Amino acid sequence: MKILVCISKTPDTTSKISFTDNNSKFNSDKVQFIINPYDEWYALVRAIEMKEQAGATVTIMNVGSADCDAIIRKALAIGGDDAVRIDAEPDDAFFVADQVAQFSKSEQYDIIMLGKETIDYNGSQVGGMIAGLLDIPFVSLASKMDIAGNIASLERDISGGRELLTVQTPFVISASKGMAEARIPNMRGIMAARTKPIKVLPPFPSEKLTSVKKYDLPKEKAGPRMINADQPEELVALLHNEAKVI
Amino acid sequence: MSVLVFVEASEGKFKKSAFEAATYGVKVGTLLGVETHALCIDEAAESELKSLGDYGISKVWYVNDSRLRNFDPLVYAKVITQAEAQTNADVLVLIQSYSGKAIAPVLAAKLRAGLVSGAIDLPVLEGNSFLVKKNVFSGKAFATYEMHSAKKIISLMSNSIAPEKKPIDATVAAFKPELEDSDFRVTVKEVVKASGTISLSDAEIVVSGGRGLKGPENWGMVEEMAGILGAATACSRPVADIHWRPHTEHVGQTGVAIRPNLYIAIGISGAIQHLAGVNGSKVMVVINKDPEAPFFKAADYGIVGDAFEVVPKLNEAFRKFKAGN
Repeated sequence: MKILVCISKTPDTTSKISFTDNNSKFNSDKVQFIINPYDEWYALVRAIEMKEQAGATVTIMNVGSADCDAIIRKALAIGGDDAVRIDAEPDDAFFVADQVAQFSKSEQYDIIMLGKETIDYNGSQVGGMIAGLLDIPFVSLASKMDIAGNIASLERDISGGRELLTVQTPFVISASKGMAEARIPNMRGIMAARTKPIKVLPPFPSEKLTSVKKYDLPKEKAGPRMINADQPEELVALLHNEAKVI
Repeated sequence: MSVLVFVEASEGKFKKSAFEAATYGVKVGTLLGVETHALCIDEAAESELKSLGDYGISKVWYVNDSRLRNFDPLVYAKVITQAEAQTNADVLVLIQSYSGKAIAPVLAAKLRAGLVSGAIDLPVLEGNSFLVKKNVFSGKAFATYEMHSAKKIISLMSNSIAPEKKPIDATVAAFKPELEDSDFRVTVKEVVKASGTISLSDAEIVVSGGRGLKGPENWGMVEEMAGILGAATACSRPVADIHWRPHTEHVGQTGVAIRPNLYIAIGISGAIQHLAGVNGSKVMVVINKDPEAPFFKAADYGIVGDAFEVVPKLNEAFRKFKAGN
């Protein structure tokens, strides 16, 4: 079985967010970058578990510049076998998905996995776009996956509930909480990752359909209005008359 | 040219988000000077479908195909693509629900259309630029996207725009998609409906508890408050991790992101990862015994006090208020 796990580089969850160039660019100064947690904790770790249980090769895929190599090495340390980096700026979801789709056409992966969204642009777009471009099933927001032969059983969130389904490979899944538990790479993994290959490819011809024109930060709150613990009816009155939410 | 809105119904009834999407679509139609149509794949009676006319939708396309009772984003996207061709739509509007999140990117790939997912405001036309604003960095910032493609898809964050009445007499028409048996590649074994409780992502009020509540046996007062207010219950990540509450209730960066009108946090300190999932809430109330809890900085209203004393009193006050209204 061949599994492709797509990872994205995102600022650490605790990063302070700011912008430069007249609010048109993200300020990466002093920002620590990590593997997008949904890609790592859920998609990658589940792929490694499946490799351990049933045997598989796990290829790490990233669209990004050379500064993504650090997170790719970490993914290899967690257990990926090899990696491919498409050397391009990942600033439009369609462009990124098209790169992955064009690359995977010749490779015939059984499962393409990624996280349900990235924690920077919160798009939830790339997985569905890869599936659409390759015209293979898309199991979005999957929280469980088991595979027997070429048939996978999955659980996914849908509006108003959960769907339990089976699907034949190849397919794309976007992973959410429940899929796997986070793992910390061990020393053996870190050593092994040093010699695992990262293949760097130029981008495939494609197009960018969106771009960010500008960023804004939310207005700072003035601070909360404090209410005395003995006067809860004051809070009720404020929520009704001032905030108008009850 | 037209705008096409994809609406979801549950048990024959449109959700509030369907009317939000309709209102949004109609406003985009007005901006572009075109009609706005809607497409519904879920089961709904003609009178329910026609009710979209109250919000200015001129034509409602309805698909009645039992093969579509189970959700599959590839199949749904195929149906919507065909409806898009029939209605000659240039802009498609969906809701960023679990289903919308899955359909919108597949559609975008099929139509080679730019997609802004999780839009929080109406598009703005600036010269030839079509601009749409959304939350980024898990609610820590906003980004205004320019859409370069001829076809555009916007999936709207629910609770971002209030449904607005603009009654017209909507026509309801059957839409018959062309689907092959080979399109159905996913076999749905079972659908577990989240029933009985109010779903977190749809809830207008959410009451949430953290480790400050000391144990799962103390959640009675949280559930009581939710009951009085017609709210959904939620919890912080540590509480879900130590199994005091189910993971489905975990709100935050790695759990469910919510944007209710009112979020009441009890005994939650307000770590940055928690805030990332709730900072879309319109109004936040924080109850914590630690006056230094970081959550107070993000709150609109705060009470410093022991939850075990404050919450029962607050429940009493809410109950009195509800009885008087």
